[in-house]
Amino acid sequence: MDIKKRESLDWFFKQAFKATGLLTICMLGGIFLMLLYNSIAFAMDIKPVDFFTGYQWNPGNANGKYSILPLLVSTGLVAAGSMIIAVPLGIFTAAFLSEFAPPKLQAVLKPVIEMLAAIPSVAIGFLGIVLVGPGIAKLFGIQNGLNALNGSILLAVMALPTIITISEDAINAVPKSYREASLALGADKWTTLFKVTIPAAYPGLIAAVMLGLGRALGETMTVLMATGNAAAMPRGFLDSIRTITATVAIEMGEVPYRTTHYFALFAIAAVLFLITLSINLLGEYFANRLRKFQA
Amino acid sequence: MPSVSWNFISKLPTEGMTKGGILPAITGTVLLTFITTIFAVPFGIACAIYLNEYARPSVLTNIIRASIRNLSGIPSIIYGLFGLALFVQALRLGTSVLSAGLTLGLLSLPYIITTTEEALKRIPTVMREATLALGATQFETIRDVVLPKALPGILTGVILTLSRAAGETAPILFTGVAFYINGLATSFNQEFMALPYHLYMLSTQHQSIGQVRPLAYGTAVVLIILVFIMNCIAFYIRFKQRTQD
Repeated sequence: MDIKKRESLDWFFKQAFKATGLLTICMLGGIFLMLLYNSIAFAMDIKPVDFFTGYQWNPGNANGKYSILPLLVSTGLVAAGSMIIAVPLGIFTAAFLSEFAPPKLQAVLKPVIEMLAAIPSVAIGFLGIVLVGPGIAKLFGIQNGLNALNGSILLAVMALPTIITISEDAINAVPKSYREASLALGADKWTTLFKVTIPAAYPGLIAAVMLGLGRALGETMTVLMATGNAAAMPRGFLDSIRTITATVAIEMGEVPYRTTHYFALFAIAAVLFLITLSINLLGEYFANRLRKFQA
Repeated sequence: MPSVSWNFISKLPTEGMTKGGILPAITGTVLLTFITTIFAVPFGIACAIYLNEYARPSVLTNIIRASIRNLSGIPSIIYGLFGLALFVQALRLGTSVLSAGLTLGLLSLPYIITTTEEALKRIPTVMREATLALGATQFETIRDVVLPKALPGILTGVILTLSRAAGETAPILFTGVAFYINGLATSFNQEFMALPYHLYMLSTQHQSIGQVRPLAYGTAVVLIILVFIMNCIAFYIRFKQRTQD
């Protein structure tokens, strides 16, 4: 091939590669515009004040109630519960992996954790129905184990791989000299871990928690299957709840095109989008702080 | 466990899903993952090449990187809504295996870009410089030197991403999945059955849940084994590459 042809081929592919880069911006923009457009259509029908204040989500008929609050509280409750379980467990596992575990055990545990992340969410939801649900029902002496607690336990399992992997990176990134200085002053391994290593890795650990939380908030199938799906204001962890994601999943299939109800589902998805986006941005901010601190 | 047998994975469902196998769900998932691959892999790799080989630090590059990071944090159900609005309604592809596959492709794109870029980063700069010094154009360098060398790493990331996509349910809910279709899916503009959705329906929506519980267990086992096999292949490629380096 002569040089002209080769150079024009080179130019063509450079532009093609660049176009795919621009495609990702279009995707994010497209998702944002879709949510915005439908939310505005929803705001024409229902006053935003009612959307954010009422207590009832009871859509469908002519005077349906469209309040996001019960769904929002449900989503927050089940995600908060999952973090209460997953954060201590995840950070301690990460600390164990990077500080105490012998290399052979590490070589086994790391792929296992990666495998855990690969288990489909429906399979974990199924586990909630056949295993965790009956367990909870027995333990608390209630009839039905499909509730917020069940969802929290399962979401904790799903958030753990994310939290462990990123926490471990953060702990590993703490310079060795910090630990050596602490040990040289006579501190034992535990004191070093809790007073030196973990505080130094702090921004990275927060980033890990934020990304785990983002995963828990956005998870659909697990909560859809394991939390009972009652769209009422929850009073505690043993109540059956319905998250934003589950509501969209249940109702979108049956709703007529371009009705108030249809737009409402996009509006609650938009709220979820903004929440997960800000949590991810916050996580990124802390991850960047860690990088600066180590440089 | 006894419900998993050769008949279970090779037969069509019968008698209102209470008996028979899950073959259409397996072929549906395979077809779906195939469409996802065709769409997401070329675009994902091309974008990673742009970011790692061509892009200089600039505002545009930063925006692209920020978009990718944020896209990977968007809940999968929102991808489902986007697929419904874009492919099913705006592009008039209808609820079909094509719409669902494209939706999963969008979902997979940011992960493929990130893992491919990691793989490209590990290729030493001297290799590129050597090729360029011999008179090759940048595209030829990428095609003949960088990509072949980065292939195992790219493949690992792609397989791991596809194993996630194969197990996803939320994005295909409104874009084309069906609980029952007559026979096997044969065309791209038809609704289809998929393993994860089948498990969801069997375990929560079927009218005689107790009776189909063994089938639900069987479906769960098949789905998890499928995902694990894909993961093991990816781990094997990665392991082999590490021992070579």
